[in-house]
Amino acid sequence: MNVEAIKSIYRFEMARTRRTLLQSIVSPVVSTSLYFIVFGAAIGSRVQEVGGVPYGAFIAPGLIMLTLLNQCIGNGAFGIYFPKFTGTIYEILSAPISTVEIVIGYVGAAATKGLIVGTIILATASLFVDITIAHPFIMLLFFVLTAVSFSLFGFMIGIWARDFEQLNLIPMLVIPPLVFLGGSFYSIDMLPPFWQTVSHFNPVLYLVSGFRWSFFEIADVNPALSLAVVVGFLAACLWVTAWIFRTGYKLKN
Amino acid sequence: MAPIVRIENLTKSYASGFQALKGVSLDIEEGEILALLGPNGAGKTTMISIVCGIVTPTSGRVTVAGHDVVRDFRQTREIIGLVPQELTLDAFETVFNTVSFSRGLHGKKPDPALIERILRDLSLWDKKDSMLRQLSGGMRRRVLIAKALSYEPRILFLDEPTAGVDVSLRKEMWQLVERLRATGVTIILTTHYIEEAEEIADRIGVIDKGEILLVEDKAALMQKLGRKKLTVELAEAIEAVPEALAHYNLSLGADGQTLVYDYDASGERTGITGLLAALAEQGLRLKDVATEQSSLEDIFVELVGEAK
Repeated sequence: MNVEAIKSIYRFEMARTRRTLLQSIVSPVVSTSLYFIVFGAAIGSRVQEVGGVPYGAFIAPGLIMLTLLNQCIGNGAFGIYFPKFTGTIYEILSAPISTVEIVIGYVGAAATKGLIVGTIILATASLFVDITIAHPFIMLLFFVLTAVSFSLFGFMIGIWARDFEQLNLIPMLVIPPLVFLGGSFYSIDMLPPFWQTVSHFNPVLYLVSGFRWSFFEIADVNPALSLAVVVGFLAACLWVTAWIFRTGYKLKN
Repeated sequence: MAPIVRIENLTKSYASGFQALKGVSLDIEEGEILALLGPNGAGKTTMISIVCGIVTPTSGRVTVAGHDVVRDFRQTREIIGLVPQELTLDAFETVFNTVSFSRGLHGKKPDPALIERILRDLSLWDKKDSMLRQLSGGMRRRVLIAKALSYEPRILFLDEPTAGVDVSLRKEMWQLVERLRATGVTIILTTHYIEEAEEIADRIGVIDKGEILLVEDKAALMQKLGRKKLTVELAEAIEAVPEALAHYNLSLGADGQTLVYDYDASGERTGITGLLAALAEQGLRLKDVATEQSSLEDIFVELVGEAK
């Protein structure tokens, strides 16, 4: 294991975060605060409680997930796309490092950054509403597994993307609908039966529901199923990543 | 001694159908400086990229210090340094950090003192905290070299190190190559410039259209270069070279009017005075005399021309 290389990539990526502190940390905090103010005040005054939880608190896990997904995908994708774009990828490809080490470096940094921002959002949320965490360990498990698997997902997008348009396609066009329609801001019980069924095809529903369960013990789907979906998604991402490096897809030639 | 780099029947075809390498074989000895000459698109960069692991070969095999570059990539890439042709650098990193990053990527523990020495050596030390995008082209080229040297490679590939570089920096580059050679580093450089190959290489290879056309010691090549031809045109045709002139090994042209004398221009005695006197003694009248020297450029153009 080339530990020095992993450390180098990780440090390099974290340094990039420090250089863009405003955009990396401050902007998600501002936008989350806006969500709290707008959703919490506007909807919270009409919908008092969902499943016995005050509305403002109810949306907190969904908002953390929203930020976590965005951050992890964005960082994972950009981290590997940029060297491809500038050509500095030659150095990674000609260094004595294995696929696994490259992935640990890039994905580890993207996930770390996502977790830092997610934690800050959690702290921000607790300024607005009372938050209790019923199952801290499970909560942490969802938090970390989601961060890792979506950073990996972002990494794959970064390798696949040919240009900035493609790089932003999934984070901008696919993820927001999934998050907004995945029960981040409501319980799917509130939907007509047809849309409840449709929602079950949305993977983000399982993430948000499981994550919320670890806070308030209320869930749209069985938490065990949620966990299985996250683990399954992680496994799928690992498999595709392994394939990418085995074939050199979009990296070599 | 086994060659440090052995390339055997290497081929590379791209998905577009373009065949960049058509069965290249080449041995590179430890400690030598090999210059690869060839026009654009000859396959130089593809060959280097395969050795370094950036491009996957279609067939053939490359070993570095006895290790297969695909199977034992850790062992081979640890000792290979690569300075790419394009000035590809991260825009927002600082010089010191980017050079340290390269060292880390190659599995070496941080060594700020070594990085300082390399940067000082390349006159980059006062720029160590500058962002890479603020540097001039020549500086960026040096940063790329510093990155490749940061992990103390035993083999260094310089892909057109002096393309678009001004004369003084080119001279500096040559001195650097000389210093590296003194430390035992094997250097492979590609170039368009024949003078560059002449100036610094031990051996010269010519590559075109994915094939190696020639690999020869520079000394041997220079000897070919040192040879000159004296062509004597006679006023009247003769049937054979006179007996008395036999020891000059003259060749007679088909028209019977030209005599060609091959000699070493760098030798003490060229034999020209004797030959001319002997010709006069034989009663041969001279119409014209010409000398010509074949240059590396001629050899190169001839080889590349033939390949076409």
